[in-house]
Amino acid sequence: MTKQQANWSPYDNNGGTCVAIAGADYCVIAADTRMSTGYSILTRDYSKIIQLADKSVMASSGFQADVRALQKVLAARHLIYQHQHNKQMSCPAMAQLLSNTLYFKRFFPYYAFNVLGGLDSEGKGCVFTYDAVGSYERVGYSAQGSGATLITPFLDNQLKSPSPLLLPAKDAVTPLSEIEAIDLVKTCFASATERDIYTGDKVEMLVLNASGIRREFMELRKD
Amino acid sequence: MMHLADSAPVTNNLLGSEADSQRTMYPYVTGTSVIGIKYKDGILFAADMGGSYGSTLRYKSVERLKSVGKHSVIGASGEISDFQEIMRYLDELILYDNMWDDGNSLGPKQVHNYLTRVMYNRRNMFNPLWNSLVLGGIKNGQKYLGTVSMIGVNYEDDHVATGFGNHLARPILRDEWHENLTYEEGVKLLEKCMRVLLYRDRSAVNKLQIAKITDEGFTLSEPYSLKTFWDFNAFNNPTLGAEGSW
Repeated sequence: MTKQQANWSPYDNNGGTCVAIAGADYCVIAADTRMSTGYSILTRDYSKIIQLADKSVMASSGFQADVRALQKVLAARHLIYQHQHNKQMSCPAMAQLLSNTLYFKRFFPYYAFNVLGGLDSEGKGCVFTYDAVGSYERVGYSAQGSGATLITPFLDNQLKSPSPLLLPAKDAVTPLSEIEAIDLVKTCFASATERDIYTGDKVEMLVLNASGIRREFMELRKD
Repeated sequence: MMHLADSAPVTNNLLGSEADSQRTMYPYVTGTSVIGIKYKDGILFAADMGGSYGSTLRYKSVERLKSVGKHSVIGASGEISDFQEIMRYLDELILYDNMWDDGNSLGPKQVHNYLTRVMYNRRNMFNPLWNSLVLGGIKNGQKYLGTVSMIGVNYEDDHVATGFGNHLARPILRDEWHENLTYEEGVKLLEKCMRVLLYRDRSAVNKLQIAKITDEGFTLSEPYSLKTFWDFNAFNNPTLGAEGSW
């Protein structure tokens, strides 16, 4: 008799989309609040965003249990950092920590698709985008998750990001104002919601700037 | 000349060892859906008392709703023996909580967090507790209702369900649940959902319990049955008018 194989998967995709856009002195990080499994909606009001430090906000979609575990690990590591260095972690430092944390589980990955957004040490907006095993780069904007394929081409068109191959290197942060960027994000989600079954219900947006952090919600289609 | 038939059989130790025989591969005795809702005074749960052994409805007096400490109720679907194991974990958790004797007691949010970590940890070790759990309660007037699956997926909401309940009960709850349901309204709503599950879920049995938790405490109803109606014309004469039937 052949050996019985496991008929359960340690992974599930709970869906959702995350977007972040970096501006000259602000950063917008947004994610929808729908949590799904298969063809069912589990809940319409689940936040995928966590503020890890003063100037670092992470949005993650994918397998919710792994996302939650990843959030807890990073939060704990930040607390230790604060105890040891008596200061908050900078966004680029958190970016490296996230990459290392993901790669640490290279052979049983966190099924999490992350965007990290915040302000760098000069107060400029920064966005870091990741794959599930920690490969990352700093970009001017990014989308991850089930609606990413719908949103990314739209942002490419609207933000007209300069080629990273140009010399001298041109800044990837958008010259758009904060209000314009938020409006763009709302448009992204409204569009993605139309065609992606896993995106919808509500979009939660966090805006980081010199004066602090602000949260906004917008209703999305619930079908 | 090589006599392949004489070769000794290859012993394959690469694909696992005795330890693997201890891992849960599939469930044996299972419970079906559990539903939970928040209502005016606290939380209401409903679950039937069936324990299926594959397609046999083997056990019909399985209590799948249990109280946890002073403030919480747990409902489980899936492997019953794993639920009993979870109850042992929880009993130990509550015991240590009581032994502190500091006037503090674990609330539903904390118990839910603990359960989530337990389930996720077992999933990480590839030896899951094959359950979907519903955890709810009320502490100092604050209501809480959450759920966690066998791989650690967890969330809280105003109404939750496991298994078939997600497909059949949640849509009804999304339509008819509202804040400040009275106890009678809550029970009626749960019964409506349980009736649909009884008609449509093969592993449901018509013997259920309702659990209630409020700031006053925990109550578990005596088992009872729902009234069902099978006297539809289409059921009485199912092949009437069908091509080729008699």
